[in-house]
Amino acid sequence: MLDGLRRHPTLVFIALGILLAVLPFLTGATLGNSWVRVLDFVLLYIILALGLNIVVGYAGLLDLGYVAFYALGAYLYAWLASPHFGIHLPFWAVLPLGAALAGLFGVLLGAPTLRLRGDYLAIVTLGFGEIIRIFMNNLDHPVNVTNGPQGINQIDPVSLGGFAFAGRHEVLGMTITGPYFYYYLFLAFTLASIFIAMRLQHSRIGRAWAAIREDEVAAAAMGINTRNVKLLAFAMGAAFGGLAGGLFASFQGFISPESFNLWESILILCMIVLGGMGHIPGVILGAILLTVLPEALRYIGDWQRAALGHVVVDPNDLRMLVFGLALVLMMIYRPAGMIPSRQRKREFAAEDGVAEQEQASLYDTKA
Amino acid sequence: MLTVRNVSKRFGGLAALEGVSLDVEKGHIYGLIGPNGAGKTTLFNCMTGLYGVTSGEIHLDSAPIHNRKPHHIVHQGFARTFQNIRLFANMTALENVMVGRHPRTHAGVLGAILRGPHTRAEERQIHDRSLELMDFVGLARKGRTLAGHLAYGDQRRLEIARALATEPKLLALDEPVAGMNPTERRQMADLFLRLRETGITLLLIEHDVKLVMGLCDRVAVLDYGRKIAEGAPESVQRDPAVIEAYLGGAE
Ligand SMILES: Nc1ncnc2c1ncn2[C@@H]1O[C@H](COP(=O)(O)OP(=O)(O)OP(=O)(O)O)[C@@H](O)[C@H]1O
Ligand SMILES: [Mg+2]
Repeated sequence: MLDGLRRHPTLVFIALGILLAVLPFLTGATLGNSWVRVLDFVLLYIILALGLNIVVGYAGLLDLGYVAFYALGAYLYAWLASPHFGIHLPFWAVLPLGAALAGLFGVLLGAPTLRLRGDYLAIVTLGFGEIIRIFMNNLDHPVNVTNGPQGINQIDPVSLGGFAFAGRHEVLGMTITGPYFYYYLFLAFTLASIFIAMRLQHSRIGRAWAAIREDEVAAAAMGINTRNVKLLAFAMGAAFGGLAGGLFASFQGFISPESFNLWESILILCMIVLGGMGHIPGVILGAILLTVLPEALRYIGDWQRAALGHVVVDPNDLRMLVFGLALVLMMIYRPAGMIPSRQRKREFAAEDGVAEQEQASLYDTKA
Repeated sequence: MLTVRNVSKRFGGLAALEGVSLDVEKGHIYGLIGPNGAGKTTLFNCMTGLYGVTSGEIHLDSAPIHNRKPHHIVHQGFARTFQNIRLFANMTALENVMVGRHPRTHAGVLGAILRGPHTRAEERQIHDRSLELMDFVGLARKGRTLAGHLAYGDQRRLEIARALATEPKLLALDEPVAGMNPTERRQMADLFLRLRETGITLLLIEHDVKLVMGLCDRVAVLDYGRKIAEGAPESVQRDPAVIEAYLGGAE
């Protein structure tokens, strides 16, 4: 079966294209319109996960503050396209600005962490993520920049040539709502993100990232400017985050600091760890699973009512419990991820010299 | 080609190098020997920018390289291998060598994404040159193996190919035949001679005294961080201080 598919890549491509094209209608007709929104979020999280994967998966820099860049993109969109400042720039102008701003902050926040590794890097980036959120929470005075915890409202929806991606439209006799339009917009950005992530991975820069992940000292000894190449990873990952933030703001029409808490960073990290770090299909699968699973688990309340007549356990609590359990089971049975890259598979196999090599003292001198 | 002037390196109270000076001439194979812990690797690390020097100067073709960043020194044409092999274990052998092309190529993020004719040509050149180098060190057809899966001797060869990919004029090898059998050692010695023929100057740390004496144009001996002898292999071999250091070290 898989071999057959592999022998006819064009057929697979066409089938996949058709599926993606009709997916929202399929979903809307079978699962209901609320699931089309879920679909939109799946795409958004794929972009986010692909971005974080550049930093964590490609370059091996554990970043727990990734959501900060998502927030920056979202806030920039809100500032430049809402009544908050009375500015209403079109989305095609704001989105690249958001990506650029996030990329810039990626460099600014990355620079002080360059000498840190592993756990230390994780803790510092986690702090940065929280700092950005706290800023957003408190920048409502003396000048009201972010409107504090209330957040910013009435953000402009994306509109193309006077056609707004919000409200209801009649298309070919069907009533189509915002989430359907956003689906296609997000799909376009997701495909572009996948394309960029793939191209980056198989390039001179991608190899330099991998080299740094494998052995930073050896990478430097191969003439790689480790500082610049790491900052580049931070910037590229952050740009993906900023883009997703802008899309999120326009889609929701409302943002507040609460949307950008630590849990969000961890969730995105879980997606790439779960799916298979550094491996694009794995990352995509992780994003799909971790977006769909919590939504699906919402039905647990209904099931309880149907089976027992009343709700015994709050579905929200149970949702988190089942979610956590799923994660733990995953980590036990498929620690390298659902679709691991050959590298990750090997790292977890850890039979031969690798572990030894990692323990070899840092600068090649024996004590 | 390489001038080391009065280099000292201290780790806290420990003086790993004390006033070491040497001159490596272009086209030579220069041997660096000495008992364990003499400071040979430390000297390599100072020369290639992994360590700063406590005092003293190092020049490559009269450009100062002490206290410069490692990548800067590689750009100047000075590459190295490591005593404890440091390959990118989870990348293929070929990818390892391709990483070595980094300082001699240019494609950036935009080039990677757009992959225009220029980038594609560069990628092909990186690929082809890397294959050539694998072939040169005797690793033809091992390109797709993960570096960490290679046999020990092959890993050492791969490190040399990776270093060669940076186009060095001076190549420092830290115990490149350690752990090899006599046949492999002979192959490696042959490889070093071929390297010298291509015009690359070699700096060689080695414990195998016979190999060093047979191969090197000049030899320096380190002991407790000091240079105790330098000269042609035959004269160094007869130097009483050297004999004393080695016999004293062996007890
Ligand atoms: N980073 C470091 N911190 C502290 N001490 C160090 C460090 N690097 C090296 N040394 C010490 O410097 C001295 C010289 O070590 P070095 O590794 O240079 O010796 P070597 O000549 O390469 O020995 P070998 O033949 O065993 O490789 C040793 O005493 C070592 O413990
Ligand atoms: Mg040594």
